[in-house]
Amino acid sequence: MATETVATFESSLDELGVGMTHTDRERFDDVLATILDEPAVGVPLRIDGVSLDGVPVTVDPSPAELRAARTGVTPVGMAIASYGTVAIESSAAGDEPVSLFPERHVAVVREEDIVWGMDEAFARLGEEFDAGRDSVVFATGASATADMGAMIEGVHGPAEVHVVVLDS
Amino acid sequence: MSADTRREKAARIRHLLDTEGENVHADATHFNQARYDATEEFGAYEDLRTEARDIKEDAIERLPELIDQVTEAVEANGGEVYLADDAADANRYIESVTDDADSLVKSKSMTTEEIDVNDALEAAGVDVHETDLGEWVLQVADETPSHIVGPSIHKSREEIAELFNERFDPDEPFETAEELTAFARDWLGERIQAADVGMTGANFVLAESGSIALVTNEGNARKCAVAPDTHIAVAGVEKLIPSIRELQPFVELIARAATGQSITQYVTTLSPPVETPTLDFDDPDTPLSEVGSESGDSTGNSDREFHLVLLDNGRSAMREDDQLRETLYCIRCGACANSCANFQHVGGHAFGGETYTGGIATGWEAGVHSQESAAEFNDLCTGCSRCVNACPVKIDIPWINEVVRDRINRGVGDGSGASDAPELDFLVEGLTPDEEPGGLTPRKRLFGNFPTLAKLGSATAPVSNWLAGTGPSRAVLERFLGIDRRRDLPEFERETLIEWFDARGGSRVAAADDDREVVLYPDVYTNHVDVERGKAAVRVLEALGVAVRIPEIASSGRAPLSQGMLATAERHAHDAYADLAEHIDAGRDLVVIEPSDLAMFAREYEKFLPEQSAERVAESSYEVLEYVYGLLENGADSRALRLGDSERVAYHSHCQQRTLGLEAHTVAVLEGRGYDVLTTETECCGMAGSFGYKQEYYELSMDVGSDLEAHFTTDDARDRTVVASGTSCCEQLDALLERPSRHPVQLLDPAREE
Repeated sequence: MATETVATFESSLDELGVGMTHTDRERFDDVLATILDEPAVGVPLRIDGVSLDGVPVTVDPSPAELRAARTGVTPVGMAIASYGTVAIESSAAGDEPVSLFPERHVAVVREEDIVWGMDEAFARLGEEFDAGRDSVVFATGASATADMGAMIEGVHGPAEVHVVVLDS
Repeated sequence: MSADTRREKAARIRHLLDTEGENVHADATHFNQARYDATEEFGAYEDLRTEARDIKEDAIERLPELIDQVTEAVEANGGEVYLADDAADANRYIESVTDDADSLVKSKSMTTEEIDVNDALEAAGVDVHETDLGEWVLQVADETPSHIVGPSIHKSREEIAELFNERFDPDEPFETAEELTAFARDWLGERIQAADVGMTGANFVLAESGSIALVTNEGNARKCAVAPDTHIAVAGVEKLIPSIRELQPFVELIARAATGQSITQYVTTLSPPVETPTLDFDDPDTPLSEVGSESGDSTGNSDREFHLVLLDNGRSAMREDDQLRETLYCIRCGACANSCANFQHVGGHAFGGETYTGGIATGWEAGVHSQESAAEFNDLCTGCSRCVNACPVKIDIPWINEVVRDRINRGVGDGSGASDAPELDFLVEGLTPDEEPGGLTPRKRLFGNFPTLAKLGSATAPVSNWLAGTGPSRAVLERFLGIDRRRDLPEFERETLIEWFDARGGSRVAAADDDREVVLYPDVYTNHVDVERGKAAVRVLEALGVAVRIPEIASSGRAPLSQGMLATAERHAHDAYADLAEHIDAGRDLVVIEPSDLAMFAREYEKFLPEQSAERVAESSYEVLEYVYGLLENGADSRALRLGDSERVAYHSHCQQRTLGLEAHTVAVLEGRGYDVLTTETECCGMAGSFGYKQEYYELSMDVGSDLEAHFTTDDARDRTVVASGTSCCEQLDALLERPSRHPVQLLDPAREE
């Protein structure tokens, strides 16, 4: 993984007002705990060596817990450095609602899954769709609208996004 | 159009300028500038436009096949596809799906506006809630979108606050955008959680995987798609592209073209029914995993229902129509509206039909509603062509407007099916010169035949000018032809440019075998009205050692084209080509002063002439200062041109000249000779040929011009010499400013006095 890609990802996120934290697997629980605003909900991370078992996150929440949550934690299988985009899956575990209903979305991505741009992202998606994948949500920054006369973040979606990058 | 109708139209435009103009202007010009900035810093933009265009051309060509493919894919995923013939058919199907539903939440979709699904559902007893904040504002206000992307840009924050305070009567009156947004989010959030059905549009439909792609900034479309267990997506058939692979260029183009963002907050590609567990907020305590999702099953969640309604509603006929087909490539980014000077000032409530707004709306309205709907606003496209480079899929939007104008003129396609192949008519009628149909208004005939009028004007000058200038004449012109009496009419010169040139003995530089020889195109204005700029051009070219000829050449066809008189325009193109061919064969360069005529030669002739002929004309044509620039680059001695000596100049290039990428040459030549040049960013002066003369559009024309006026009366610009490349621009500037304007070639004229 070129460090340039990660640096570009970080600066893209910075422009979007999205925080990024780098961590290794050992420090993951501690790092995540500092980013969470409780109550928090999540879906299984599907990443080797890390889980949500050691952090105060309700995995497999009920609708009531989802509605009350201030933070939603999901893995993302890919991130796009030049855009500051994370690629959320629509899964049976509920990645979509968990990344969408709470005010803060914490996205966990492996460093090796950060690609440079759309060329690389779509090359990967093309192969994955051929293999049966059928959804992807490119999320870039917080939800936003200018419909009420000024740009406001946090409308029908998170007002805040934080990305945790797991060192390879 | 009768005098009364013109007055009513003028009053309606005046009302919109007063009530909505300011808000629309702020947002449309902001989007427009943001698009320029975003595309300039994105190197791949032009390549991706070409790619996107190719994908759309191919997809529309293969549409029946893609419809079959997507139907198979969606059904394999566990959803349903319904191909609706028209709005009523689509609504019938949607009502059958929502039969048991009490409420439905919607994300923003112009296609659902097209079929008026809200009215149909409300009539069937379903509560419909728009959840896009802009759309919701309009639902509360009971208004229609004024912009394809920003539906409520015509309303200010204050107006929205007033509306909401009145409707929702909050304890503390709403004031700020934060308060309004928070209220809307919470109020609509509850509706989303309680809804039985979610309805979205689709920006793209991927045939291979049966997926829809939604491009949004708010999270509402995602919520509408996954919160309720029934999802209906409504999309025009033209939204189909083959697969996820073809989505890439659109993802990188659409937000840049629309709002200048590099990408929207969410680009959501789903293949419903999605695997996401259903969210039953009435059963708040059951964990998501226990609500019956068949996790990992590739056919999605069996508790979910998905219906893809693919709407035809005239699109198949558009696909068969050689002129309207391009409209189907539209990805509805609104760039044509944002780059349009008239739209920036008056907005989509004037510049739009039943559903769609902006330049491309003429194609959509004529295709999905009726030619009558397009006729309501089609005149507002002046053919300035600023949308041409703005369009991310390279649609020739002015041409669509001109074609529809031609059909309106001749009453083709009125209320009839698409089987009458109207696109062929003008080709046939082009064989019978001057034979526009009876339906053509006298005013269009007047403006369209301006070259003939100008000949007569010069021949009878100054009497023609005295007559045209008198009060009674102006009253008659206004009453019967709708030519606004507040406009100065062009004054014809008794001696034309050609006569002057012949009288002085032709070129003062002899044509040598090894030198360039120029044919200076005697456009109708330069030849009859603004003869001085023609003389200056001759002297400038000669000073640089070029031999000049000014033969009689037929008028380019610009005047009839702008009136939608395509048959006449085509005849002019044939005649002009016949006059030019020998000069082109002899290796002479065609130098053009008037940018709108140059644009005919360089851009529009491909529509009228065989490909090879059009190419030959285009390759031989140059804007006069583009040509001067080339001469100087190739070693001509610039000292022959009048030195600027730091003279301060304010320059407004011409809309069509800028579309051809030829503004920079004028600036470079002037700066090279020591002029201090300030340029404008204004898309169009507002005059646009005949547009500003028309009684019902005079005020809009002057309002558009006010941007230019403001720019040229700042502290930095106030004392600058005003120059502009187009005749219309000079006429407009003369009306707006107290100091006169002239063509830049006149500054460089070695014989310039002062």
